[in-house]
Amino acid sequence: MEKADIKQIETEVKPPVASKGVVGWARANLFNTWFNSILTLVTLFVLWKTVPPFFRWAIVDSLWFSTGEACRGTEGACWSVIPANIRFILFGFFPYQLQWRPLLAMVILVVLLFYSRDRRHWNNSLVYAWVAGLFAMGLLMKGGILGLVEVESTQWGGLPLTLMLSVFGLAAAYPLGVVLALGRQSKMPAVKALCVVYIEMIRGVPLITLLFMSSIVFPLFLPEGVTVNVILRAQVAIIMFTAAYIAEVVRGGLQGMSKGQYEAAESLGLNYYQTMRLVILPQALKIVIPPTVSQLISALKDTSLVVIIALYDLLKTTQSVLSDPSWMAFSSEAYIFVALIYFFCCYFMSSYSRRLEKELDTGL
Amino acid sequence: MKRLTIVFAILAVFALIGSASAGTLDDVKAKGFIQAGVNGDLFGFGKPDEKGVWRGLDVDTARAVAAAVFGDADKVKYTPLTAKTRFTALQSGEIDVLTRNCTQTLSRDTALGLDFVQVNYYDGQGFLIPKKLGVTSAKELDGASVCVLPGTTTELNVADYFRSNGMKMKPVVIENTAELAKAFFAGRCDCLTSDASQLAGTRAIASNPKDYMILPEIISKEPLAPAVRHGDNQWKDIVNFSVLAMINAEELGITSKNVDEMLKSKDPKIMRFLGVTEGNGKALGLDEKFAYNIVKQVGNYGEVFERNVGVNTPLGIERGLNALWTDGGLMYSPPFK
Amino acid sequence: MQPNQDKVQRGAPPATVPFYNDPKKRAILFQIVTLLMVGLLAFYLISNTLTNLEKQSIATGLGFLQKESAFEIGESPIPYSAADTYGRALVVGFLNTLIVSSVGIIITIILGTLLGIARLSTNWLVSKLAAVYIEVLQDIPVLLQLFFWYAFFYNILPSPRSALNPIVGVFLSNRGLVFAVPEAHPVYKYMAIAVVVAGVVIYFLRRWAKQRQARTGQIFPALRVSLALVIGFPLLTWAIGGAPTAMNVPVLKGFNFIGGTNISPEFTALLLGLILYTAAFVAEVVRAGIQSVSKGQTEAAMSLGLKSAQVLNQVILPQALRVIIPPLTSQMLNLTKNSSLAVAIGYPDFVSVAGTTINQTGQAIEGVALMMVVYLTLSLLTSAFMNWYNKKTALVER
Repeated sequence: MEKADIKQIETEVKPPVASKGVVGWARANLFNTWFNSILTLVTLFVLWKTVPPFFRWAIVDSLWFSTGEACRGTEGACWSVIPANIRFILFGFFPYQLQWRPLLAMVILVVLLFYSRDRRHWNNSLVYAWVAGLFAMGLLMKGGILGLVEVESTQWGGLPLTLMLSVFGLAAAYPLGVVLALGRQSKMPAVKALCVVYIEMIRGVPLITLLFMSSIVFPLFLPEGVTVNVILRAQVAIIMFTAAYIAEVVRGGLQGMSKGQYEAAESLGLNYYQTMRLVILPQALKIVIPPTVSQLISALKDTSLVVIIALYDLLKTTQSVLSDPSWMAFSSEAYIFVALIYFFCCYFMSSYSRRLEKELDTGL
Repeated sequence: MKRLTIVFAILAVFALIGSASAGTLDDVKAKGFIQAGVNGDLFGFGKPDEKGVWRGLDVDTARAVAAAVFGDADKVKYTPLTAKTRFTALQSGEIDVLTRNCTQTLSRDTALGLDFVQVNYYDGQGFLIPKKLGVTSAKELDGASVCVLPGTTTELNVADYFRSNGMKMKPVVIENTAELAKAFFAGRCDCLTSDASQLAGTRAIASNPKDYMILPEIISKEPLAPAVRHGDNQWKDIVNFSVLAMINAEELGITSKNVDEMLKSKDPKIMRFLGVTEGNGKALGLDEKFAYNIVKQVGNYGEVFERNVGVNTPLGIERGLNALWTDGGLMYSPPFK
Repeated sequence: MQPNQDKVQRGAPPATVPFYNDPKKRAILFQIVTLLMVGLLAFYLISNTLTNLEKQSIATGLGFLQKESAFEIGESPIPYSAADTYGRALVVGFLNTLIVSSVGIIITIILGTLLGIARLSTNWLVSKLAAVYIEVLQDIPVLLQLFFWYAFFYNILPSPRSALNPIVGVFLSNRGLVFAVPEAHPVYKYMAIAVVVAGVVIYFLRRWAKQRQARTGQIFPALRVSLALVIGFPLLTWAIGGAPTAMNVPVLKGFNFIGGTNISPEFTALLLGLILYTAAFVAEVVRAGIQSVSKGQTEAAMSLGLKSAQVLNQVILPQALRVIIPPLTSQMLNLTKNSSLAVAIGYPDFVSVAGTTINQTGQAIEGVALMMVVYLTLSLLTSAFMNWYNKKTALVER
């Protein structure tokens, strides 16, 4: 009713010319005070100085499908570095003829992610879909059965590796993080101390030191002759790292539970595991879904650090292309391309996280 | 369902954990391929092309070993390694052979638990400078900013050189070869120091190579050799003679193109080398045709050199020290008998 | 899965409860088993390591710290040469880490706050630009940003011989920013002491002013007096010390500038990358903090007759800070930890120097352990300080 009334009034009394249309909008939003006016003018000036030259470099003067030599003469961007090397950048060492497999695996992942976006699809069958999907992805990547040629994990690279390190990293870190969070809340002093030490220690050091640990120190921990694949080692380092952060996220959720929940569960005669599994965790984990998505974003960005231990993730395959003499001069173009990939992945998740936050907010 | 998933996960983990025992040759034969540690970023020595196929002198060395062991040069898997991770990877058994332009030194050969084999590239450290600096000798570099890769013998050599000549330097230390070269071309440093082979490669990719020159001083000896784990003599012999077979083939004038004709040769040296007269293979624990397979599938040393780093490649390196001893170089193979 | 059936019989006589059903005993048993497993794992790994180290004859212990390093470091706040020890090289790396993170933290907080305010600005253009900035920079890995900025720096700036010379004594080239600094003189040391003294005096002055305000309601112009003290004390010292004016002006000699102080492009790129990345997160923190203070607070303060500066200072900020401090702390820690990416663009921070040390000595365990200990100490110190500060600003009634 109210809305309709307002509309009526709007149609009846016409606003002054200066407060409607483009002029009115600009007045209200750009020039409403003298300070804002100056700010607007300065910003416009900076944009005018930067955007057209960039546009010129990126679009007008650029080359898209040429050789590296042809690019040397131009003033503009040499985007040719990307189409010429796209398959190596995206898939690394995966056998050239078999690259439809990682492509298909990524399509499955994207479809699953999109399907999971809708909360109406959150039920048991989604869990099965994910298990099946992950299994199919693993099968496509690894092969070895059903007539698929086996591909060693050492040959995985590029975007699938980046996604695998982050998605599997988070998936495996999640249960570990929940256990650590519960351990930190535990009344048993030894367990609590262990968890606190672990969480604080991992959170106190940069990921890069853990990666160094996994790549140069860890082999010394194993008995002679036993080796662990370098990708798996890096994956474990990422899992250990992410778990500590997840633990803190989950702890936030646990602390958000009111004491009454514990008491109510206890009065029903539930034991610790039942209390946690049936009462506390389902609620606590629901609260922390948005920060968990942020954690996935961090994990995705952090995987780029495996460059430093020479794993061929998306950034490393790009750098590898850039060490080719004919493409060496065009790092900005290649980096911008990779930045765009990361940006779209992260933006997809962060916008989703924000939407979810709003949806869940009303329920609690 | 959950339990099943966990079981699968554990199985998958175990599939990725390898375990080595006994001799490297048996292990390698059992798994059916050789795991080689390579550079990954070094054009001409070890780097994947745009299709992800590995190319380079060091890569071909690893392929020669595979040809010797399996009769199939493609049975190699590559692990790209950084300067930091290369020795650990070999020590821990993650790789079977390290062909990653490593300089052989006494301390590495003894204290790191490695054994180096026949050198596959004789290198030396030099300086690349822009001509417009007007410098003609490394002795004039006092006060210069020097671009250098970290964690290598290069970094120590250049510090030693400046110290012993009473000069000062400012190192600019960047992990990545490509990033380092770009910084140098942009004028971030006055000179770039590295092994001469890499300097040639770097010069070749400048937008105008004529603007740059390599100074005459070579300040160090860098014998680059493949390495294996200490203590497995049979495997060391195999890797060693795989490299030597390429050199010997060049000495005997055998190439990948004429090797089939050479099988009919009546020269006893060639007959022994190609396994027509048996004995060499058995002594190494390999197929009698191992040298034939190397030459047929990979080529002789000269072919490998020219294909990867020679004058017709972007690197454009002359044979120099890496020519056969008969041509004034250092490449010399003991007799195959 | 079926629910567990082993319910604890509350109130039943203890004698009839088997030990595995007594929560207390079970807890103790569980802890012993956990500790035992962790201990066994540690023992297994350590014994493996020792065997491996012995077999491969890799040296152990921290003895290498005393040995000559034989490598040069590009920039160092303390005198260092290749003839110095590994220990000193690591100290140089540590100081470099401290410098870049402390400078980074200060600028990040300023820039992040400005961005957070810009995000809430009523100016549509500014607000949207800030939003785009925050979203884009948050979503690109910081390592990629560092690569980008470093390439950017050495590509656009000229060589030293054609360095930009905007003001006398200041040169900007791809070797960095070089500028004149005062010639070394003992007075400068005393000036630094004077600044510290001024800080202490201000602290007590502010405390007194606060108490007086609480007692009598009189407001003391703390900000103006503080500024005067901070500037006045050192200036006075300088004048008393003979007012030295000699400057160490950089000159181009050979390849590089000699004299003055140099800020290298590696440092600048690292600093810029870290600041721009972290500021995006800090902006979000600040925005959330400001939005958490309800509008009623401002209106109430205004109606009490406070000036707008007082409203911000005495009402809004103290409340917003409570929300801001904890996430801000973790952002500061992130910046410090991310400074370890210096290794990728050639700034000799602790990880970079320790990495070179590992390579030259082969002692990976000691090297990586040193890295972890250093960052852990930095992190714990920072969080301890911020926790103390947080407690101070927290609501008293909580």
